[in-house]
Amino acid sequence: MATLIDLVETPVRELNQALHTPGGADVWRILNPRGAHAVACGIREGLAVDIEGHVGYYCAGMNQRATVTVHGNAGTGVAENMMSGTVRVRGNASQSAGATGHGGLLAIDGDASARCGISMKGVDIVVGGDVGHMSAFMGQAGRLVVCGDAGDALGDSLYEARIYVRGSVKSLGADCVEKEMRDEHLAELAELLKAAERDEDPADFRRYGSARTLYHFKVDNLTAY
Amino acid sequence: MEPASHGLRESATFDRATIHAIQRAAETGIYDIRGWGAKRRLPHFDDLLLLGASMSRYPLEGYRERCDTDVVLGTRHAKHPLRLSTPVTIAGMSFGALSAQAKEALGRGASEAGTSTTTGDGGMTPEERGHSKHLVYQYLPSRYGMNPDDLRAADAIEVVLGQGAKPGGGGMLLGQKITERVAGMRTLPVGIDQRSACRHPDWTGPDDLAIKILELREITDWEKPIYVKVGATRTYYDVKLAVHAGADVVVVDGMQGGTAATQDVFIEHVGIPTLAALPQAVRALQELGVHREVQLIVSGGIRGGADMAKALALGADAVAIGTAALIALGDNHPKYDAEYRRLGSAAGYFDDYQDGRDPAGISTQDEELAARLDPVDAGRRLANFLRVMTMEAQTLARACGKAHLLHLEPEDLVALTIESAAMARVPLAGTNWIPGAGL
Ligand SMILES: Cc1cc2nc3c(=O)[nH]c(=O)nc-3n(C[C@H](O)[C@H](O)[C@H](O)COP(=O)(O)O)c2cc1C
Repeated sequence: MATLIDLVETPVRELNQALHTPGGADVWRILNPRGAHAVACGIREGLAVDIEGHVGYYCAGMNQRATVTVHGNAGTGVAENMMSGTVRVRGNASQSAGATGHGGLLAIDGDASARCGISMKGVDIVVGGDVGHMSAFMGQAGRLVVCGDAGDALGDSLYEARIYVRGSVKSLGADCVEKEMRDEHLAELAELLKAAERDEDPADFRRYGSARTLYHFKVDNLTAY
Repeated sequence: MEPASHGLRESATFDRATIHAIQRAAETGIYDIRGWGAKRRLPHFDDLLLLGASMSRYPLEGYRERCDTDVVLGTRHAKHPLRLSTPVTIAGMSFGALSAQAKEALGRGASEAGTSTTTGDGGMTPEERGHSKHLVYQYLPSRYGMNPDDLRAADAIEVVLGQGAKPGGGGMLLGQKITERVAGMRTLPVGIDQRSACRHPDWTGPDDLAIKILELREITDWEKPIYVKVGATRTYYDVKLAVHAGADVVVVDGMQGGTAATQDVFIEHVGIPTLAALPQAVRALQELGVHREVQLIVSGGIRGGADMAKALALGADAVAIGTAALIALGDNHPKYDAEYRRLGSAAGYFDDYQDGRDPAGISTQDEELAARLDPVDAGRRLANFLRVMTMEAQTLARACGKAHLLHLEPEDLVALTIESAAMARVPLAGTNWIPGAGL
C-alpha cells in the first residue's frame, strides 16, 4: 500500500521532509501537486513515488536512487542534476529537463522543450517526442535519445555526450556533427529505448557527437567562440 | 642609461605595457588570459580615512577594553547560520585553479582563525571539507562536481551569478591544469581547455532564482544559509533582486576581485569598483528594511584590517579575500623570484594563474610544484594574516570608540578625493560636502 499525501492538505515542505527521513515508507502516491515547485527533490533512498498531476519547477531535482513518476506535465528543470534512479514524465516537460544530470535515467513520454539535457554529465535522457533548441548544450557525458525531432543548435559546444535522433534536426550547434552508427551504438540505443519502455527501432535513428575541434583555444576557431 | 634621464618621454596613452600588449596580440593572434584582478588604479578604500575619537566621541582603551569581532551569517531563513569569530572569510577559489595543497591550506588557515572558506568551480574535495570548520559550497553555472551529498555536507551554499573580475563571463581552465583528478571531478576529457558557462542552465532571471533557492532549501531541509554572489555592476538592483529571491546573504565582488583565468580586457574593463558597489548594496538592503538581517559580504581588493574596517563602516557585515589569502600562503614570494623570471614574470608581478606552472605550488596541478606548498605551514601563515587583519581592524574600531567591529558606521569616515566621496557617500575630508548627496 502506498503512503498517500495530498498536497492540498500537506505543504511540499512536509512532504519532502518525510521523503528524506530514513526508515519511512517505500512507496508513495502524491495527489494534487497542482504545479507546485520542488516536489520530491533531494530523495536519497530507492523509494517509488507516483505524482498524480502536473508539477512545477525542479521536480525530483538531484534525485538519488528513487523512481519518481509524474503522471502529468513537468515544469522547468525536471530531474535537474539527478545522480541515479529513474524519473519518468508521462506528459511533456518544460525547459532544461535533466539539466546537468550526472546519472540515472530520465524518460519523458511527450515532448521536451528548449535546453533538454543542457550540460548533462552522465545522465541518460529518452524523449518520446521532440526537443527544443539548444538541447544537450555543452553536454559532457551521458546519452540523449530523441524519438521525434530536434530544434535548432542541437549539441552546441558538445563535449563527450552522445545524441541519437530519430526525426529531423533543425540545425546542429557549433562543433556538433553527425557520426557513424556502429553496432555498439545500435546496441546501447536498444537498451536505452527498452529502459524507457519504448518500441522504436534503433535502426531509424542517427547519431550525433562532438567533432572536438573546440577542445583547445585556437585563433582559427575565432568565429565559433 | 635610463631613457628618461636624457629627455625621452614615455607616452601616457601608449605606455610600455600597452605597447607590449599590442605587440603580443600581433604576434600570437590571441587575447591575453591571466589571473589576479584589475591592475589599473581605481578609487578604493585607500581614498577613505577613519576619523577616530575626539572631544565628542571617546575611544576605547587599546588591549584593555573589548572590541568584539564575531559575526553570524545567514540568520534570515537557515536553521544553522554560520557563526564566525571574525568578519573576514575566504572567497571561493576552485580546486583545479588551485592545487589540493592550497585548498587544504585555505581550510586550515580559515579554521584556525575561526572563519569560513569556500569551494569553487570544480566541486568539493575531501581535503578541503576535512580541514574546513565552516565550508561554503558554491553552486555555479557549470555545476561541475555538483552533487546532493556535498550539498548536504556543506555549511552554507553560495549561488554564484558572477564575479567582480568578469561580471557576465563564464569560466575557463586551460588544458595544462586539467589533470586526471581535475577532469574526473568535472566529468571532462583530460587536457582540454575547459569552458564553463556564464549562465545557469536551469534558470534565468530573479523569479526563477527564487524557485531555485527554494529547491536548494528543500533538498537540504532548510538547514543551510544560502548566499547569492554577484559581480559588481548594477549592484543596487541586483541586491534588491537577490533579497526578493530569498537570499540569506548577499556577496558583492568588486571589479578588483581576483580570478584564476580571464581575458585581461574583461578584468580591466567590466564592472565597477568595490568602493562604488558597497554603498549601493547597503542602500538597497536598507530600503528593503533588511540591512543586518540579510548579511552583506564584500570582496574585491581587500588587503588588510584597514580595508576591512572601512568596508564594515560603510555597512558590510563581513569581507572576503582571495588574492590576499593566496599571498599569505606564499604567492609572489621573493624566494621564487628567479623562477618567476624564467616564466617571464617577477615576484610581485606574477599573475599567470592560468598557466599552471606556479613556482609557489598554489595555482598549479603539477604534482612536483604543488608538493612545494606545505599545507600546515601555509595554513599557519594564512591564520596569522587573518589574525593581523582582525587586530588591525580592532585597533581602528577602538580608536573610533567601538566595542564591536560591526559598530563602525559611515559617520566614522571621510573621503580624500571627490570621486571617493561621491561613491562612498561620505564627506570630503575637512568639509561636509558629499558630492551628489540628495540627488
Ligand atoms: C585563483 C582564483 C580562483 C577563483 N575561483 C573562483 C571560483 O571558482 N568561483 C568564484 O565565484 N570566484 C572565484 N574567484 C574569485 C574570488 O572568489 C573572489 O571573488 C575574489 O578573489 C575577491 O577579490 P580579491 O582577490 O581581490 O580578494 C577566484 C579568484 C582567484 C584569485
